Parts: sequence; structure tokens; C-alpha cells
Amino acid sequence: MADIRIPSSLDEVFRLLRDVPSTRLFAGGTDVMVRSFPDTLWRESLLCLERVEELRGISESATEVRIGAATTLSELIGSSLIAERFPLLRQAARHIGAPAVRNMGTLGGNICTASPAGDTLPPLYILNAEVELRSLKGTRRMPIGAFITGPGQTQREEGEVLCAVVIGKEQGFDLHHFEKVGQRKAMAISVASLAFAAETRRDGTIVKARCAFGSVAPTVFISRPLNDTFAGNTLNRAVLERVAAMVREGVSPISDIRASMGYRKQVAGNLIMRLEGAGKDR
Amino acid sequence: MKRKITFMLNGSPVAVETDPSRRAVDVLREDLGLTGTKEGCGSGECGACSILVDDVVKLSCIMTAAQLEGRKIVTIEGVGQGGELHPVQRSFVELGAIQCGFCTPGMVVAAVGFLKGNPDPTREEIRAGISGNICRCTGYEKIIDAVEDAAAKIRGGRSGG
Repeated sequence: MADIRIPSSLDEVFRLLRDVPSTRLFAGGTDVMVRSFPDTLWRESLLCLERVEELRGISESATEVRIGAATTLSELIGSSLIAERFPLLRQAARHIGAPAVRNMGTLGGNICTASPAGDTLPPLYILNAEVELRSLKGTRRMPIGAFITGPGQTQREEGEVLCAVVIGKEQGFDLHHFEKVGQRKAMAISVASLAFAAETRRDGTIVKARCAFGSVAPTVFISRPLNDTFAGNTLNRAVLERVAAMVREGVSPISDIRASMGYRKQVAGNLIMRLEGAGKDR
Repeated sequence: MKRKITFMLNGSPVAVETDPSRRAVDVLREDLGLTGTKEGCGSGECGACSILVDDVVKLSCIMTAAQLEGRKIVTIEGVGQGGELHPVQRSFVELGAIQCGFCTPGMVVAAVGFLKGNPDPTREEIRAGISGNICRCTGYEKIIDAVEDAAAKIRGGRSGG
């Protein structure tokens, strides 16, 4: 039978990890408890991070915002700092599960699960978020895009803990848009999602834009040529049609119980077309 | 590997000797006899097993017994006080927001938790607030009526005294 530890400090976490390096880490349990029960949970040693003080809360320095990995999605949504600085991240978090799931699930969990459908991931890519990993050997930081290497795959090594997500404060975007297509509104895993942010001039011309798609490739889909296509243009139909065609060409979705590959490609392009009406929503 | 887990349950301290990797819903129902909390999907998707953990709505079917340690837990059996139904329960009864009844405990607990954070919600906010709770009788309109009514009762009770 499995043992479960709920340490309250990072020191204790590292001590427990040193004793049993194969211990599986979880925080909210919204993923691990669903996947593990009842087969593996009885055999694995588990470590719950939800009470580790160093992993909780949102703080800011002069240039960066630091979000503790065990911050729940509800806490993220309720933070005025996040609402003010990263409305895109807040919008995406609001699309996850339902209130009780967001009261349990954490930002760090959404990242470490590394699902192609993780809803906080596209905005984190757009915001150039970095993850902070700590172990007894030290601390390292890397871009989210380098950390996640495939579905369920990350660079996290044995003995290492994802401690925080760090995002630069000045992003320079004045237009933010997140849309998720799922089979229903609550409790649905994304069939395709789009996060979009842009810096625009008064007349609507785009100075720079970034878009990131979820659920249409093994990891979040981003493309520099795609982003560059927006520059110097407004979000008019001709430009969006050109981008949508590039998106449908570039993405590599799978067919699964939720949607087919063809449907996901079509929808990924359609999500771009819907930017035509996207206002300045902050 | 049994362990003693202590927490506050519906206002009283309890201690259970159990395997910490069991699910919270099983400990509540089987060890503590509180069968008001239901198991529907068993995978955190239907809300039937909703409980309050330190006043926050969580799902006891995807929570381990170990996570109960030191927490203040309220189940459907504990939402009312002093033998009185909670205003949300009263509104559910009065407005007929119950059909087969299986989702009702989770629905009530979710509504109680939701109204703590939003005492004067719109109908749309109520919909979003209980969006993780599934009623397979599809009696949502009356459930939303009841939550709206309960919110008014709670606000009235507060301002009245």
C-alpha cells in the first residue's frame, strides 16, 4: 500500500525525495488521483505538495512576477496582480474544469502534467514564462517551452521540484484573447485552444503579435512566421485567412475520443478567423 | 500502513486510524458513516462528492485521506446548524429543486461554498458557480432558482440581524 506524505517545507520535501527518489509528486491531485486510482496508487509512494509554504502565493519584484507552483487556479484567477499584468493567463485559467477543480488544481500541476491540452500553457508560452526548478543540487531556470518536451514529458529530473513560474512584468501587449473549443463549457478538455496577444497602434495596426495553440500538436504550437504575418496589418479578414491557412498547414493534431485530426485542424484555423472581432479586452 | 488522521468534522474533532492513501470520500462514508456525501463518477467530474475543506469546495473522490489532516471539513450533514436546515437546503425544499436527489448533497455544498464568496450573484454567475455539479435529472432551472432564493434569504438574514 502506498504511503502519502504531506510536508510543509521544501527541506522536508528534499529529505523525503532523497530517501525515496521514485516518489511521485502531486499537488491538487486532480490529475494524479484520476489516472492513478486504483491501480498504481496502491503501489507508489506519493508526496503531496499542497502545503509546502515556499510553493504558495504570488509575489512581485521590480521586473518579475513569481507564482508559487502550488498556487491553485482559483487563487490565480482571484489575484489582482495577475488580472492586471497577465489577463490572458487569468482568462485561460477560468476555462479549466469547474470551481471545485480550480480550488484543487495548481499552476505547477498543469505544467508538470504537460498535457497538450493544458489550458494555462498557451498563455505561458506567449508570456515567455520561465519555470524555476530546485533540488539538493541547486536551482535552475528555463523557458516553459524548453521544460515541456512532449505529452506528459518534461525536463524535470529525479529529486527536482518545480517551485515557481516566473513571468516578466512588462509584456507590452494591449490586446488579449483566449478561446477554447471543447465539447461543453464546464469540465471539458480542450479540442483546440488559442491564446493571442498583440501590441497595437491606435488605428488597430499590429506592431507585434504572438499566438499559441493548445491541443493541436504534441506540445503548444507556436510559429515565428505566423507571428510575423500579423505585423504591420490590422486583424482584417484577408490577413486572418492567410494566417489560418498557415495554421492548418502547420499543426499536427491527433484523432482521439474528443475530436478527429481533420476537425482539430479546421477548428485551429477557425479560432484565428474569430480574431476579426477581438476587441481590446482589458 | 495505517496512520492516525485527525481533523475537524462538522464542528467536532475526529480521529480515524486508516491507510492515508484511501480516498476521503470512502473514509467519510465508510469509516465515519456520513453517507450524505455521494460518489458519482469517481473521477472528479460530477460534483456529487463535494465537501468544504477550510470553507472551500473540493471533491472528496479525488482527495486522499491524508489531505484531511488538520483541516476543517464540512459535509452535507454539517451545513445546517443547531438542528436547522441551511438556507440553501430550505430553498431547495421549498422550490422543488430536488428530483432523484442523488446530486443534491453535492449541489447544496457547492452552492453553500459559492455563496460564501459571492453573496449576491446573477443567475449566470450561479450557473458558473455550480457548473461542476451534474444533475442527470437535468433539473437545473429549479436548482438555480433555489440558489438565487437562498442568496436572498442569507442576505436578508444578515441585514435583519
